[in-house]
Amino acid sequence: MQVAAERTRQRTFKLMVIGTLAGLFSGLFGVGGGSVIVPLLVLWLGYDERAATATSLAAIVCIAGFAAAVQGAYGNVRLLDAALIGVPAVGGVLIGTWLQQRLQTRSIALLFAAVLVASAIELVVR
Amino acid sequence: MIGAIVIGLAAGILAGLLGVGGGVLFVPALVLFVGLDQHHAEATSLLAIVPVAIVGTYRQDRYGNVRRADALTLGLLSVAGAAGGVALANALSGAFLRDAFAGLMVVIAAQLVHRTLRERQPPVQARAPGDGSRPGGPAG
Repeated sequence: MQVAAERTRQRTFKLMVIGTLAGLFSGLFGVGGGSVIVPLLVLWLGYDERAATATSLAAIVCIAGFAAAVQGAYGNVRLLDAALIGVPAVGGVLIGTWLQQRLQTRSIALLFAAVLVASAIELVVR
Repeated sequence: MIGAIVIGLAAGILAGLLGVGGGVLFVPALVLFVGLDQHHAEATSLLAIVPVAIVGTYRQDRYGNVRRADALTLGLLSVAGAAGGVALANALSGAFLRDAFAGLMVVIAAQLVHRTLRERQPPVQARAPGDGSRPGGPAG
């Protein structure tokens, strides 16, 4: 009994640390925080990659929701732009996952990585 | 307005195709194409992520991949971190935040390259054990 309770407490503590780090990351950068959550769930709680990605997505609903609400209190959220981007993005993700079953994504991924780096440079120098 | 819709669709396709989060695409797109400053772009990206994550979660949950209790614990225990992160973002200058974000983009690009070169076979659709009845079938 005591061992089980201790294990549950440790697990909850780890989840709290991961959640806090992900929240900080999400709030600071305006992203979901998946790039923090997924590796930590794998390394620290023994998740396989698939369960980690799926569980991370579910947590992101809360995390991004909280962070968006706080940003809203600062008056920074552009509601119309968020809707104009977020709603079509849902359709885009459905198309993207459908395409993923049917395409070799390797060259697309490498090309896209190059675009990310180019955009990063564009952000900094302009 | 059309621009934002196109960005959303394109970012969503890339996110679904490559398994990267929406935010790392939304923020630079909002800055470079919609003309928001870094703070507004980050805040707006956060809200835009929510519907994408909801639909993604719904699909993954149907495959039994979501560990609901852990996800809920993670989400609820992130409140303090999220509030702190937002406060920190708002305390920092837009220029600093933008440069830090550019650094994050390079890290994500490196992760993507690493993952892509490591993969030997094409990715297979997430499927719960015993769900072989619909191989590769659409989840939605």
